[in-house]
Amino acid sequence: MNYQWNWSLLLDEPYAGWLLAGLGWTVALSVVGWVIALPLGTAIGIARTSSSRWLRVLSGFYVSVFRNIPLLLQMFVWFFVVPELLPDRLGLWFKRDLPNPEFWTAALALAFYTSGRLAELFRAGLQAVPRGQVMAADATGMSRPQALRHVIMPQALRIILPPLTSEFLSIVKNSSLALTIGVLELTAQSRQIENFTFHGFEAFGAATAFYMLVALILNLVMVSLRRTLTLPVAV
Amino acid sequence: MPDLSFIARNASFLFDGLLLSLTLTAAGVIGGLAVGIALVLVRLFTGVVGNCVVDAYVFVFRAIPLILVIFWFYFMVPLILGRPVGAWTSAIVAFTLFEGAYYSEILRAGLKSVRAGQMHAALAGGMNRAQALRYVIFPQAITAMIPIFLTQAIILFQDTSLVFVVSLHDFLTATTIIANRDGRLVETYASACLVYYLICLAATAGVDRLKRTFAR
Repeated sequence: MNYQWNWSLLLDEPYAGWLLAGLGWTVALSVVGWVIALPLGTAIGIARTSSSRWLRVLSGFYVSVFRNIPLLLQMFVWFFVVPELLPDRLGLWFKRDLPNPEFWTAALALAFYTSGRLAELFRAGLQAVPRGQVMAADATGMSRPQALRHVIMPQALRIILPPLTSEFLSIVKNSSLALTIGVLELTAQSRQIENFTFHGFEAFGAATAFYMLVALILNLVMVSLRRTLTLPVAV
Repeated sequence: MPDLSFIARNASFLFDGLLLSLTLTAAGVIGGLAVGIALVLVRLFTGVVGNCVVDAYVFVFRAIPLILVIFWFYFMVPLILGRPVGAWTSAIVAFTLFEGAYYSEILRAGLKSVRAGQMHAALAGGMNRAQALRYVIFPQAITAMIPIFLTQAIILFQDTSLVFVVSLHDFLTATTIIANRDGRLVETYASACLVYYLICLAATAGVDRLKRTFAR
């Protein structure tokens, strides 16, 4: 193998700037997607465990749609198809006037895809809380929403904390799919540097290091969150 | 009723794409299982150093996006071999090594799910470690692992669409080509969604059934 190493090119302009901009877009996509996906996924997850049959069927369909279609295809649908189906004025605004349409489309696609996965996670967490807890809440005269808010959810959240952090890592990784509709996030930038310089090892190495850093930080956050949230009595 | 005859006209092109997606999935599952088994054997039989190496392997592959893995190998495999090998080979190498990390974790969890007493009993009964794994642990672990393997294969089937970035003509890429050429974005993408949805839904239902059979 014949390869001229040149790690310092990563510090040269414009490549260093490209990488940092890419990291910025990756973080922005992940955070915006997460902020939408978390409340949505929680609501759908609660609906999945609802006593109403209609709510269960509808939320089950929602989850199955977003989980059984590849994220890349979902992204294309949001980008190419949805603006066509919107009412004329709104569609036009989407295509012409919305600043950074690629970014917002990708963030929406990520958000809905992730919400389906989070819904399953919340359903599993809610069902993992022992039944006696629900009955006890009932017996003390709490309404269902009160029981959910004060008794069930606090325990379910503790149960699903580890997979919840790995879901956040997933959204960070999945944000790389935004490159297919033209968002210059981290992976796209490293690809672009490889294209310009033919130094793929350094370019992809830098992106790999950034993603690993994110994974390490998330791991630390989870461990410390877990320590502070653990209840004195085992759940 | 929208006119869908253009999809019928392109059926063989789309079908070839679907075949490529399924082939990639099969290759990824078989290759990934082989790598996964190798990694678990390293864990079981080589002590601390081997464990650390496997930990690092799994951590790296699970921390970075699959697209980046595909780029790595698309660019690196030709460099190492000294000649161009094309998108197909590098995609298979990428899927094999990437899935290997996930499969090794599934295998490990499956083996861990067998209670420790089983191993102790087998060892006390005069078996060595390899025999105990082969005759006592593995047969019990396998029913816990198979449904998760298959679920992972369904996820992989969806992930094969990412070969779009190296222009392999899988089902999704074939769809985008037709959508752009015929200018029928809505119908083409909607049909593709339906195909993926039905395949994955049917596969998931199959896995659920298998799980219930095992649970009995």
